[in-house]
Amino acid sequence: MIKIDHISKSFGETRALNDVSLRISDGELFGLIGPDGAGKTTLFRILITLMLADAGSASIFDLDVVDDFKSIRKITGYMPGRFSLYQDLSVEENLKFYASVFGTTIEENYDLVKDIYSHIEPFKTRPAGKLSGGMKQKLALSCALIHAPKLLVLDEPTTGVDAVSRTEFWQMLKDLQRRGITIIVSTPYMDEASLCDRVGLMQKGHLLSVDKPSHIVDSFDRTLWAVHAADKYTLLQSLRSYPGVASVNAFGESVHITMTDDQLDQANFRRHLQDNVAGDIAVSEIKPTIEDCFLQLLNKS
Amino acid sequence: MPKDTVITVKNLVKKFGQFIANDNLNFEVYRGEIFGFLGANGAGKTTAMRILCGLSRPTSGELYVDGLDVYKQAEEIKKRIGYMSQRFSLYEDLTVAENMRLYGGIYGLSDAAIKTRTEALLAELDISEQRDTLITDLPLGWRQKLAFSVAVFHNPSIVFLDEPTGGVDPITRRQFWDMIYKTAHQGITVFVTTHYMDEAEYCDRVCIMSEGKIVALDKPGRLKEQYAAESMNEVFIRMAR
Repeated sequence: MIKIDHISKSFGETRALNDVSLRISDGELFGLIGPDGAGKTTLFRILITLMLADAGSASIFDLDVVDDFKSIRKITGYMPGRFSLYQDLSVEENLKFYASVFGTTIEENYDLVKDIYSHIEPFKTRPAGKLSGGMKQKLALSCALIHAPKLLVLDEPTTGVDAVSRTEFWQMLKDLQRRGITIIVSTPYMDEASLCDRVGLMQKGHLLSVDKPSHIVDSFDRTLWAVHAADKYTLLQSLRSYPGVASVNAFGESVHITMTDDQLDQANFRRHLQDNVAGDIAVSEIKPTIEDCFLQLLNKS
Repeated sequence: MPKDTVITVKNLVKKFGQFIANDNLNFEVYRGEIFGFLGANGAGKTTAMRILCGLSRPTSGELYVDGLDVYKQAEEIKKRIGYMSQRFSLYEDLTVAENMRLYGGIYGLSDAAIKTRTEALLAELDISEQRDTLITDLPLGWRQKLAFSVAVFHNPSIVFLDEPTGGVDPITRRQFWDMIYKTAHQGITVFVTTHYMDEAEYCDRVCIMSEGKIVALDKPGRLKEQYAAESMNEVFIRMAR
């Protein structure tokens, strides 16, 4: 179990973390979702003993992040947001180095990294700095895993990574979870939230909501409509001017809206849109996504 | 009615040594449209974008940007375009107003024009009170919006946006797209790269690149129909792999 109790941390005037409490179970794949500046990295750095909290306490598998920091470092693997392997060392040298720092060898734990490392092994003599984005990410994950950690902490591993590599990366995380590794991962991509067992939504140092993705979606307490039209700019404009509308958010090919009294007079609504927007208009009631819920929480806070 | 073409690319090839970054690209971008440029990391998007901006020379091919030849009129092209990237956009140790003055000056606007544009932009972004604030003290979301405004400060024909919304919260991301829509509505062509597939749906047309080649180019709706996909994410995963 990972226990986080009333953790706060400030940098000068900025409150990076504001009384954050959280429990993460053994073997869980937990996602921390939030934009830049939400406090995700600060929380991670406190957990992996690279930073001290101003207030509160935290423990990882009953090891205290302050008193037992040496033991924690042996059982955690950390992949920072910024690529921080040695650019001038080769792929293999980086992996060997990380293994030796933790008193192990590549051979000893090869089984654990095999599926990931095999993708980059053909390039093992290439300097890490010369790898593509996707390959760097795989090497960094291999290095974070080479000492067979019980906990893996990944800080925005998929930021700036294309949709194909992101899908592959999440597949790898699922495989590692099946091997019993507890994983905490942060991401700014809301669609990745649904791949976690539970997610915490963070904004400006506050943990807004923690739950299973399906529960978060169920807790959306309003009717949501999707409106579709070819000219999105005028559609957005005319939706915003429609009386009684509570929220208007562009969502891919459609626009999602809620009403203050939760009622939508379809006939009247269509008339309003047809007067303002050219072309075909489609309106349908839909199920919210995690991103709809996050937007609602952001607007409330 | 024939569409007004603002970018023409014919048989564009760019090689770095033996490596072919752009392998015979052909496409056109129309005036006032939002053109999404998608692809996996390393697919050749940035290379093509840099060539269109006059920052890199093609190995071969015919290219026109706003009617100008990229081989002979690269400097002229730079005056007609705006550019914004996630990494580098504003000078952090200059204030909001100073950044506007600097970019206005670089694009050759008169002092009077810079003054008028600055006031208009500050009012539009509702940041008049922050005019003397250093960029480094502004929240990320504000910076992104300001960076975009600065990129269109000189009223260019085309604005190039390289992953403009990485890491920003979902509300700011949408406010940013509101600005993009408005800009396109005013007739400025928007050429944008993104890894957010929902943003691909906001584009009038998208071009998907894979291993240096264009593998798909059409309206998002048509691409989804063609590949019987629910979302652009599905189309992308199928095409870019």
